[in-house]
Amino acid sequence: MPPAALSVHLSIGQAYAWSVFKPPLESALGLSGTQSALPFQLGIVMLGLSAAFGGTLVERNGPRWAMTVALLCFSSGFLLSALGASLEQYWLIVLGYGFVGGIGLGIGYISPVSTLIKWFPDRPGMATGIAIMGFGGGALIASPWSAQMLESFGSDSSGIALAFLVHGLSYAVFMLLGVLLVRVPRTEKPVVSGPSVLAGPQVSAKQAVRTPQFWLLWIVLCMNVTAGIGILEKAAPMITDFFADTSTPVSVTAAAGFVALLSAANMAGRIGWSSTSDLIGRKNIYRVYLGVGALMYALIALFGDSSKPLFVLCALVILSFYGGGFATVPAYLKDLFGAYQVGAIHGRLLTAWSTAGVLGPLIVNWIADRQEEAGRHGASLYGLSFVIMIGLLVVGFVANELVRPVAPRHHVPAPKEAAHVERQQSESA
Amino acid sequence: MSSDSSQSPPSPDRRWLIALAWVWVGVPLAYGLYELVRKATQLFTG
Repeated sequence: MPPAALSVHLSIGQAYAWSVFKPPLESALGLSGTQSALPFQLGIVMLGLSAAFGGTLVERNGPRWAMTVALLCFSSGFLLSALGASLEQYWLIVLGYGFVGGIGLGIGYISPVSTLIKWFPDRPGMATGIAIMGFGGGALIASPWSAQMLESFGSDSSGIALAFLVHGLSYAVFMLLGVLLVRVPRTEKPVVSGPSVLAGPQVSAKQAVRTPQFWLLWIVLCMNVTAGIGILEKAAPMITDFFADTSTPVSVTAAAGFVALLSAANMAGRIGWSSTSDLIGRKNIYRVYLGVGALMYALIALFGDSSKPLFVLCALVILSFYGGGFATVPAYLKDLFGAYQVGAIHGRLLTAWSTAGVLGPLIVNWIADRQEEAGRHGASLYGLSFVIMIGLLVVGFVANELVRPVAPRHHVPAPKEAAHVERQQSESA
Repeated sequence: MSSDSSQSPPSPDRRWLIALAWVWVGVPLAYGLYELVRKATQLFTG
């Protein structure tokens, strides 16, 4: 099951490498930077929406159906984009990669979550960490691969079209492994030793969004992701600005190395911290992400410009918490709402990601621009952003502290009756 | 998953398939990590 999940997540993680296509598209089709970002932005919006609205379908039809839909959408998105590039019709690229491909991103992202938890009920953090680590790894593969492809095929519209075509076909073949291999455990009993997957309280997706626990976790995820994006969004200019006035300025090449190192921390955090949560508990690990994360931001704000190793170390820790937050949340949901419809609940929670995706860059960019207009430079461009990030992390920390077990009135009566209750609910709706 | 074929856990004689599956995802990931390490070292040398 883990390779099946990885084949899907390593593919759809390509989304974070979209920036490779931006400069060639801008020069070939005469686009602005804002226009060339549209397919990616629409893709992330569609990821959130399709995960939120498609989660119940994924639970009902199973992971193989979901992975097939993800494969078809993600691949077709590239093929439509190839057509758009060859005809020099940019709207087709936006529609293909952003809209159709974005549906593939959302359905693909949640497709293995519920099944992995059922296979590894005693290690849900590690299980979902492996898959969600793949999403981080997808960009590591796609970024150099796409760049090399564009170098070989050329950066004009026909070269871009050919690159999109190869991407669409290659990812279809690669994701097919997931479709063919994915299996749901035969019974409710765990495959490895440990508690039954449907032990403890079970809550339906429809009921979960009516609980305060769901919205507290929504805040936790949103704050944690916003804080991570705060660094990720402007990593290269940030490290350059921080040490511009020192005796050891950071070159453009070194800044690119810093960005790569952050990607590694993001990926390692997904598997490392999520697995650790199986040992120390979900609430505790989020205390670390949010509490220590705030401390790291404080250290950067106070002493970051005086020590490069300290700046790099703190940024790496923050990014590892960012990745860890993504990977641990399905297991947290499973602890609170049970495995019954955890995939669908996870899908609804991912709207927090879409919100943070807008909020994080907005805060950092807007403040940096205003500070620059006010004549500031260097580390002082980011001071206020960091204070806001600390505030957001504290809000997330408080929300995490308020999480309590779900009240019994929200529980599905018994696992075997769950489907029956769900039918009754949908009939009465 | 509703079909029976998708509900059976892998049997020991299908270990080769599992190994192949890990290679399938492991090779591209190793390539990505190699490229990452190559770039990351620029922070210290660039």
